[in-house]
Amino acid sequence: MARTPQTRTTRSRKTPAKPAAKSTASAASKQPETSKEELLELYREMLLIRRFEEKAGQMYGMGLIGGFCHLYIGQEAVVVGIQAALTSNDKVITSYRDHGHMLACGMESNGVMAELTGRAGGYSKGKGGSMHMFSRQKNFYGGHGIVGAQVPLGTGLAFAEKYKGSDALSVAYFGDGSANQGQVYEAFNMAALWKLPVIYVIENNQYAMGTSVARSSAQPELAKRGESFGIPGVQVDGMDVLAVKAAAEEAVAYVRGGKGPMILEMKTYRYRGHSMSDPAKYRSKEEVNKMRAERDPIERVRQMLLGKLEASEDELKAIDKDVKSIVSDAAEFAQNSPEPDASELYTDVLVEA
Amino acid sequence: MPVPILMPALSPTMEEGTLAKWMVKPGDKVGPGDVLCEIETDKATMEVEAVDEGTIGKLIVDEGAEGVKVNAPIAVLLEDGEDESALDGFDAGAGGPAPKADAEDVADATPAEEKPKAAPKARDSAPESDDSDAEPDLPDGAETANITLREALRDAMMEEMERDEVVFLMGEEVAEYQGAYKVSQGLLEKFGPRRVIDTPITEHGFAGIGVGAAFGGLKPIVEFMTFNFAMQAIDHIINSAAKTLYMSGGQMGCPIVFRGPNGAAARVGAQHSQDYAPWYASVPGLKVVAPYDALSAKALLKAAIRDPNPVIFLENEVLYGRTWDVATDPEFVLPIGKAKVVRPGSDVTLVGYSITVGKALEAAEKLAEEGIDAEVIDLRSIRPLDSATIVRSVQKTNRCVTIEESWPTCGIGAELSARIMEEAFDWLDAPVKRVSGVDVPMPYAANLEKLALPQSEHIVAAAKAVCYSE
Ligand SMILES: Cc1ncc(C[n+]2csc(CCOP(=O)(O)OP(=O)(O)O)c2C)c(N)n1
Ligand SMILES: [Mg+2]
Repeated sequence: MARTPQTRTTRSRKTPAKPAAKSTASAASKQPETSKEELLELYREMLLIRRFEEKAGQMYGMGLIGGFCHLYIGQEAVVVGIQAALTSNDKVITSYRDHGHMLACGMESNGVMAELTGRAGGYSKGKGGSMHMFSRQKNFYGGHGIVGAQVPLGTGLAFAEKYKGSDALSVAYFGDGSANQGQVYEAFNMAALWKLPVIYVIENNQYAMGTSVARSSAQPELAKRGESFGIPGVQVDGMDVLAVKAAAEEAVAYVRGGKGPMILEMKTYRYRGHSMSDPAKYRSKEEVNKMRAERDPIERVRQMLLGKLEASEDELKAIDKDVKSIVSDAAEFAQNSPEPDASELYTDVLVEA
Repeated sequence: MPVPILMPALSPTMEEGTLAKWMVKPGDKVGPGDVLCEIETDKATMEVEAVDEGTIGKLIVDEGAEGVKVNAPIAVLLEDGEDESALDGFDAGAGGPAPKADAEDVADATPAEEKPKAAPKARDSAPESDDSDAEPDLPDGAETANITLREALRDAMMEEMERDEVVFLMGEEVAEYQGAYKVSQGLLEKFGPRRVIDTPITEHGFAGIGVGAAFGGLKPIVEFMTFNFAMQAIDHIINSAAKTLYMSGGQMGCPIVFRGPNGAAARVGAQHSQDYAPWYASVPGLKVVAPYDALSAKALLKAAIRDPNPVIFLENEVLYGRTWDVATDPEFVLPIGKAKVVRPGSDVTLVGYSITVGKALEAAEKLAEEGIDAEVIDLRSIRPLDSATIVRSVQKTNRCVTIEESWPTCGIGAELSARIMEEAFDWLDAPVKRVSGVDVPMPYAANLEKLALPQSEHIVAAAKAVCYSE
């Protein structure tokens, strides 16, 4: 099969431009405008994540991927919608559920998949694994395995941008479970106090492992968690990529405008277990099936494309085919890439002073 | 070509499972995400979803089959346009992908059985120290000023902030209050609130923000009011600052200094009096410095700020007000990882760091009165640990006493003893003796506190014991 150049599907983020003057009025209310081209691109990016994750799940099943592997299936609209509103200078950081974020940041699927298999061709030369991958070049700062740690770290990235006087901002993604960590509020406080350019994206997929938001959170409306710091929060339908993008655009304008941090709570859902070995006994099959049938973010865009925007089945088929070949190339690359050399055991502990 | 569907591993340790239930039958069209079957392991029952699109050609494993090995073909999928005739002569087993490391390898890889993948090496990845005898120090005739340790540390920060725009200081009370121990005196006035930043009382949070800022290209100096409070931040120090370079395959360095008073203070009780040197010294990816005098403190703090790695810089509150002659040249920097012989001697080696170097020097004076000529070594850096200097000294004196304020178990003395045993066993005329803080939380009462800490008498007694002179 012909090798498909990766760059065909990885969206190149907009080059930085001065943010257009824009009102920060509620994002969710009005129907976001879109075009066929835009929606095809969003469709392609979400589909790439979905197919990539399915492939990762399959390869895990074959014993090619070890340890923990947290799939992003169901949540694709969140990262794709947010990233569509950023520029290539903006910094991104997230948790261990990070494969989708890396693809949306323009990282190569080959390098991501090869890291999952622990091979030399992986982004961390096989030394990080599924939960710990980075690309300085793409401004993706990980990939963090300690629940909540990415929130102060992402706030620190915003601190650095403000200190340097750049107009880049930082986006820290974290889960509903992480939203209960103390360090999150320490970071909120300092970010608001120092007016740091950071967007906190809470991916509320309703569960932290087996614990539902209702069972863990005294204030389950996570968008309100910044209220006492004066951080505005908006709740967004995280299964609707256009709503996510619209909300992100407003947040970007607000944060880049020097007003300090903002919280976006994305109501989303993960279809798979917490990690590969989670039988998901804490929720009913009906609940999962209903979400998939009625709220699927990719199917929603597909229907819009085939309906109002008059895309043809063939156009979508072409994208499906393209994405499929990228993913199978990545799987092949990840299996053929050699294991890291034994000498790598001792490298990268310290930077040569 | 038909595609075999293989028995998946559903957890890192699964080797086989039961095919509990088929949810599809031959002829069914399936697409990615459709549930194919349920598989039972010893832990759970889980659904298996299709990854590819196609039509189920045949089911190879019957419903209810137990002990189905991971990666065994369980069904065959026909691709678009194929019909059952495609199955003729198709060998699902051979058609399966051949993963490099199969599931059994994964399950077998228990640490105990793991074959060494590389030749054993020295315990640290970083070079411990070069073997040169040359001891880095102030050149003869260099200009000095007699200043306190407190001022020396401030001058180091001031000079480095002048030298490099991305160096900044953050911590509790470091700016307007001029430092809880007045170490940052004058810095706010000189550099302004952009670079000298008072934080709220949130060690975990501001340590994380500091590490994030270092990832983002700045060089933070993070002051802990004391290292006792850094316990709240230790997750970011270890998990975020120390490990990320490795986990990123070398992409994400973290140039940051965590500094503040460490070790026993005076009469503040157990929660405010502890030496953390052994804790940080055990972590690959960190450097740990614990100077004694103001000259080395200034030159090493400058080295720490310039270092591209996370450095833990352990100061001592009791010493802040003492004065030493300190180099005025802003380019005088000492290398991290080098110990110094601060008093040459021939009969016994006394090794300490931070405040215990002073105690060892006192002990050496007393020993001299009794005719024992002690050599005193100031470790200066705890990680990398300068084994070479210590081994050289022990080869000369054949006896060694280690001194630290921290607890005896798994302390720096334990590490030094092990290294001397490994690297200089044949030169030892007596077992190494450890003098440490006693194995209790620090008491408040004046008499008990004194008893809990290493004093020069303890060092003298230990030195005599290894010299068999009593
Ligand atoms: C400090 C810490 N505690 C516990 C864990 C184990 N753990 C990993 S993920 C997780 C649940 C987090 O849920 P959430 O923040 O909602 O993110 P999601 O997995 O839903 O994306 C837990 C408890 C951890 N990694 N770190
Ligand atoms: Mg969650």
